[in-house]
Amino acid sequence: MSTIADIQNEIVAEFEILGEDRESTIFYIMELGGTLEPYPESFRKDEYTIQGCQSKVWLVAEEQGGKVIYKADSNTDITKGLISLLIRVLNNRSPKEILNADLDFIPRIGMGNILGSQRSNGLAAMMNQMKRYALAFQTKQNA
Amino acid sequence: MPIQVNSIRSLFPILHQEVNGNPLIYFDNAATTQKPQAVLDALTHYYEKDNSNIHRGAHTLADRATQQYEETRESVRAYIGARESAEIIFTRGTTESINLVAKTFGIKFIQKGDEILISTLEHHSNIVPWQMLCEQTGAILKIIPITDAGELVLEEFEKLLSPKTKLVSIVHASNALGTINPAKKIIEAAHAVGAKVLLDGAQSTSHLEVDVQELDCDFLAFSAHKLYGPTGLGVLYGKRELLEAIPPFLGGGEMIREVTFEKTTYNTIPFKFEAGTPSIAEVIAFKPALDFITSTGKANIHRHEHDLLQYAVELLQNVKGIIPVGTAAEKIAVFSFNIQSMHPFDVGQLLDAKGIAVRTGHHCTQPLMHRLGLEGTVRASFAVYNTRAEVEVFAQALAKIANLKNK
Repeated sequence: MSTIADIQNEIVAEFEILGEDRESTIFYIMELGGTLEPYPESFRKDEYTIQGCQSKVWLVAEEQGGKVIYKADSNTDITKGLISLLIRVLNNRSPKEILNADLDFIPRIGMGNILGSQRSNGLAAMMNQMKRYALAFQTKQNA
Repeated sequence: MPIQVNSIRSLFPILHQEVNGNPLIYFDNAATTQKPQAVLDALTHYYEKDNSNIHRGAHTLADRATQQYEETRESVRAYIGARESAEIIFTRGTTESINLVAKTFGIKFIQKGDEILISTLEHHSNIVPWQMLCEQTGAILKIIPITDAGELVLEEFEKLLSPKTKLVSIVHASNALGTINPAKKIIEAAHAVGAKVLLDGAQSTSHLEVDVQELDCDFLAFSAHKLYGPTGLGVLYGKRELLEAIPPFLGGGEMIREVTFEKTTYNTIPFKFEAGTPSIAEVIAFKPALDFITSTGKANIHRHEHDLLQYAVELLQNVKGIIPVGTAAEKIAVFSFNIQSMHPFDVGQLLDAKGIAVRTGHHCTQPLMHRLGLEGTVRASFAVYNTRAEVEVFAQALAKIANLKNK
């Protein structure tokens, strides 16, 4: 099975095809947002929103057979696209894999420059929250 | 006289650059305007030749700095038609000017049960200082409603006015929608019940003729950086009798006449309100900005900007998915809108990819957005150096973006 690093490399290769054009990169990210699985409405509550994001982001996770399953949503398409990439990289992995993951694909696909500081902070908050879920599940597994 | 936009553009060095591989199109002028070379030169010249502290230095440099500083005060006086330059106080910006009034006039003249009137169109900086004052004094904040087009409901305003009204603090032109409020009418009605009026001129002073004597406003607040001047500098105009009647804002150097440990007597206006070393360079460099506006002619500027607004509306009115926000009959050149099924942030990001700078979000007017049932808007705001060709590029880019979700 491919590793987190493999998936990240895959994503970087996909974005390389788009070249340097910002507009096409953003269009593609927005398209990816459309592929995000529907978010369970019962979790669309303030306690599942991520602080530090300018756009609204909801994130929830559950553990199935020792793997973490994330569900997330946002009110903006670009953020949804970024979420879909994060989920693609981290979904269905063990808490340990997630906690050890070196998430570097965002700058590698050139999104670091495009996002600007506000969205980058939001993205960092999102990654932290995903790792926090993994940590909670790991603690539970070890208990 | 029509604006010679190319020769005006040549005065603004920042405009001649590429952003993300495209020529910069700067449509965020309601947030801040760019600075002409004369302003940049004045800043440099001050630090290279004249830098020294003003008013008390017994040397040539201090004299030169003081003289130029006071020349700007006189320019501001002329610019807004005040009676005398002592009625012009330099602050850090519109926000500080409004806070100054709240914390001096407000504390002295507003008591429990008194009423302060603001409108639904206000920027947070003309809401929060009054909420703080109400909390402190027990006064009551009342809100003038608006129509769906973004215009004040004047009948409701008149109903809200009463002898309890001590202050009407109102925006002259809305930063979020562009609506121009009928300031003179509002001021007359407020004065009829004995209320004072603070006019928030942050957006109006760069586009419209604002004559404080003709309007008869009691206070006027605005910022230099929205008038092609430096950041960190604002103006508070107040009528002499009011400025003399209210206590100082900050205590410190410059604002005193005499200090002993027992008692301090205060300096005369405007110095009573200018504690500490002010933004000397910025004040001095504000004069060429005002000269630029005056020599270009405010009526010419307004006509040019209005033409750009009309052109944008015309080019975009048939684009599927574009929803204009704020359609008042009288507007400054602010085009606020949304695209159906898209978040304003995403629209702003896509425009930025094309080198087009706009503002997205709530524009520091959350209660207004709430009233309109919106999370935010995309706002393009025009200035004298913008062109019809830029509006065309903007309209083409928007049509492409709108088409993503509105096929």
